[in-house]
Amino acid sequence: MAIICKRSSALNPMQFSYCPGCGHGIITRIVAECLEEMDLIDIAIGVAPVGCSSNIRMFYNVDMLSSMHGRACANATGIKRFHPDAFVFTYQGDGDFGAIGTAESVHAAHRGEKISTIVVNNSVYGMTGGQMAPTTLPGQKTTTSPYGRDVETCGAPLRFAELIAPIEGAKFVARVSIDTPAHVREAKRAVKRAFQCQIEGKGYSMVEFLSTCPTNWGLAPQEAMEWMRENMMPYFKMGIIKDF
Amino acid sequence: MARVLMKGNEAVAEAALRAGADAYYGYPITPQSEIAEYMSREMPLRGRSFLQTESEVATINMVWGAGAAGARVITSSSGPGISLMQEGISYMCAGRVPGVIVDMMRLGPGPGNLQGAQDDYITCVKGGGNGTYKVICLAPATLQEAIQLVSDAFDLADKYTNPVIFLADGMIGQMMEAVDFDLLKTNPPPEKPWALRGRHGGPKKVISAMARGHVNYYAANWENEQSRYPAMEKEVRYEASNLEDAELVFVAYGSSARMAKYAAGKLRGEGVRVGLIRPITLWPFPHAAFDQIGPRCKAVIVPELTIIGQMIEDVQISAAGRWPVFHVGNQQTRPMNPSDVVKAAHEVLGGAK
Repeated sequence: MAIICKRSSALNPMQFSYCPGCGHGIITRIVAECLEEMDLIDIAIGVAPVGCSSNIRMFYNVDMLSSMHGRACANATGIKRFHPDAFVFTYQGDGDFGAIGTAESVHAAHRGEKISTIVVNNSVYGMTGGQMAPTTLPGQKTTTSPYGRDVETCGAPLRFAELIAPIEGAKFVARVSIDTPAHVREAKRAVKRAFQCQIEGKGYSMVEFLSTCPTNWGLAPQEAMEWMRENMMPYFKMGIIKDF
Repeated sequence: MARVLMKGNEAVAEAALRAGADAYYGYPITPQSEIAEYMSREMPLRGRSFLQTESEVATINMVWGAGAAGARVITSSSGPGISLMQEGISYMCAGRVPGVIVDMMRLGPGPGNLQGAQDDYITCVKGGGNGTYKVICLAPATLQEAIQLVSDAFDLADKYTNPVIFLADGMIGQMMEAVDFDLLKTNPPPEKPWALRGRHGGPKKVISAMARGHVNYYAANWENEQSRYPAMEKEVRYEASNLEDAELVFVAYGSSARMAKYAAGKLRGEGVRVGLIRPITLWPFPHAAFDQIGPRCKAVIVPELTIIGQMIEDVQISAAGRWPVFHVGNQQTRPMNPSDVVKAAHEVLGGAK
């Protein structure tokens, strides 16, 4: 009997620790499939963030380093400069990449580090219990914006892909989503293109995923997908912004 | 190669290269920027990796990354920059990642003052990062000793898979002195089977500050705190002289130790029996050296290039109430000099002789 679907060999045989219905599950799998299909498992070194996806250090069946909060791109720089033939990627949340770690993220792009970054934008700090993130939408209620995000005092949400794209050293930048099978396939193509950018030594590559946090949004997984479509997608436009 | 006249910062950089530094990451800060400048000039020529970073926070995280990847990696900074690195040093200890951090200390809290000082003792020796961890701190008093301690720092970092701090005052970094690189002993790095290089057909490796090779957080930290750090204590090094019949003992490191030696010579000329303890490792601190002090000792004086003293707290622990311990340091209008140490000795012994 032909096998038409199996768990990626880039994933260890263990359960994810994400909440039920969390978008991270899909994204972690997409990245694993890209590592496997592009034959990168033996040369990959991943950098895990601080946040909900910290545990990817255990999920991925490749060498992994755990980062300090926000500094994954600096860790990846140290690794890649010493092992230029390795495939080095970071997987980070929105607070990790674009709040506490903004300087490290921007300057890795600025130097054109030959690393690839996956950023998961679910509009909140998930692991700490749903606080406001730089990506929280105007009016969105979180545990630290109980009256809704006030743009006057907190600013408007930060668009990471548009922030990174104009930087000369960034060679591939895209924003994708995981709300439909078609979008999942598109997202996977974008991740492969980002990885190819590194393999060809072009420069920094980054894919921002729009994702869901059913637990902290207080929604069922399917409702969370709906909420993301209705609220996040109009503000965070999907597409490939820069392609080498 | 005969002796050459070199600036301290450049001698430290050259020693690191000879000791096999694969990578240097750093951000400019006085009084140590010549280290980064020297590395930027020499590393590309010798096939090594040099990078000027966007901050000391990024720096220590590149050190954490490169160290985890198996590199002999070094960075250098001073006061405020070292403060920014402390969280990363805590992570490197917890994650058991080797690396060498050079601190050419300057004076004061905040931006302080650019002149050399010994104001990072507590930050570096006691640990400015979170959690319980220990870092071997090496403190040179001459440039010849400095170049050897840079090489030793790499060996100790690799031996214990832990960061090592090279703690010198800005005077050591800025002054010129003769050094002989023929006398420098270096060792190749050991095998690092734990390093992240990609699997290449082998098992997957993880380096995490939460625990390496342990699923259980408590087990990992139990091992660190109960056996790994105590094992490092046998690396204690110090210089001691004339302790047995001393009526007065100076305890000083780095440039202060040079001043203390000069002052001791002057006082011996006056008939005062002065002993000296010069810690070379600040952690582990040479507490045992104090047991060599003889029964005639009336007091211990701790000269430090600080205003109120930092190492004096460790000396008080070592003295354990056996002798009174006095500080001498920077004056209201200028840094300490040897005459201040002589004057302090006269005061402590009850008037000029």
